[in-house]
Amino acid sequence: MRRATLVLLALTLAGCGSSGGGQLKVSAAASLQRAFSAYDPHASYSFAGSDQLAAQIRAGARPDVYAAANTALPESLYRARVVGRPVVFARNRLVLATRSPRVRSLADAARRGVTVAMGAPTVPVGAYARRVLAGTPFGKRILANVRSQEPDVAGVVGKLEQGAVDAGFVYATDARAAGLRTVPLPHAVVSYAVAVVRPGAAAERFARGLLSGRGRQALLRAGFLPPP
Amino acid sequence: MRPFTALIALALAVAFTFLTLPIVAIFVHTGPGALLSSLGDSASLDALRLSLETSTIALAIVVLVGTPAAYLLATRRFPGRALLITLVELPLVLPPAVAGIGLLAALGPQGFFDAGLVLQTSGVVAALTFVSAPFFVRQAQAAFEAVDPVLMEASRTLGAGPASTFARVAVPVARQGLAAGAALAWGRALGEFGATLMFAGSFRGVTQTAPLAIYERFSTDFTGALALGAVLAAVSLAVLLSVKLVDAPR
Repeated sequence: MRRATLVLLALTLAGCGSSGGGQLKVSAAASLQRAFSAYDPHASYSFAGSDQLAAQIRAGARPDVYAAANTALPESLYRARVVGRPVVFARNRLVLATRSPRVRSLADAARRGVTVAMGAPTVPVGAYARRVLAGTPFGKRILANVRSQEPDVAGVVGKLEQGAVDAGFVYATDARAAGLRTVPLPHAVVSYAVAVVRPGAAAERFARGLLSGRGRQALLRAGFLPPP
Repeated sequence: MRPFTALIALALAVAFTFLTLPIVAIFVHTGPGALLSSLGDSASLDALRLSLETSTIALAIVVLVGTPAAYLLATRRFPGRALLITLVELPLVLPPAVAGIGLLAALGPQGFFDAGLVLQTSGVVAALTFVSAPFFVRQAQAAFEAVDPVLMEASRTLGAGPASTFARVAVPVARQGLAAGAALAWGRALGEFGATLMFAGSFRGVTQTAPLAIYERFSTDFTGALALGAVLAAVSLAVLLSVKLVDAPR
């Protein structure tokens, strides 16, 4: 009786583990959601901040592919020997996005009373924004206007769409998809890198397809720039 | 041992292991040294202080409004009462993300009316109040329903008005249930994540509560996130123990 119960339990647990049997699992930056879903609608995706996904992989999570909104995170995982060699597959531009008539330039975002959202310092979209701001004369005043530091770019876009803030630092691709007006920023081109986490034919094919073929087309259509 | 006894013992063993393992792991991973050094970290302290403040204010609102509301639900019969109770209890099972988007749709800048709560500490309090209130109201209603009607009747025949019967008989008699409900509501408020992030955002010292700080830290500082988690786990345990002690038969 007891053995029968244990077998039953084991079968139940095994059943839970094999959800989606053989489906390609992709952990990808939140900003890649539209492009990747168009590229391969059959893969199973986890979209979040690249830093959160990297931390999950470091803690032992094993998706098939990891695609980040920077090169540093996949590089550090590669050095720790938990993912394959990363490859830059696309570039994007950081912009100041807004719906407010009060914000026409970066300097406007520094004005008193203007509210701003950006990514947390740990997520690439937040780190890029801080780097860009450090190189401008109004950086400090814009940082003082920040009202929320979101865990990923989707959070910043959400706050903008709800009208919770006047302006936010997001990628050009997100601003375009959300129909937000954008202010270009200096030195704001950023690179995305992909690494295979669990080697396999499907994972390699997915990563290769981002550099040529349907993946690249989906990225370009979403407004990403090709790799250098 | 009889087969049935063995089976239920096994079920309990599985449940116990699964439910306690994550808590044990947090404390084993952290260790007292990391715990103490994280408590000295100013970002963690800001988050803990904000969590304490917002959850306490939310609890005060919940108790102040929830106690008389629960008293009405417990003592009066009126059409639509069952439906009303169900709707009041809905946030118990509502996904926090739904709570967050609902608060935005109702009180956000583009909602029914802009209450000026979004991205403010008051917005955190609103989110915590929304998700934690039913925990208190439900428990308080049960506590008031358990008050012996003979006591209430006696109070009235001795000349006490309805208000003083409520304040001097019903509330003192139901105090254990009210305290248990308050503790549960406070524990729920302390752990709120999704509705807070969507409605109030995350900004250190203003809207970044301890659970949001844990999420932000997780990516760069796993030990620090664990240490903050250990503090919340210890507080939650204390809350639960106090409920048990209050509930314990004398």
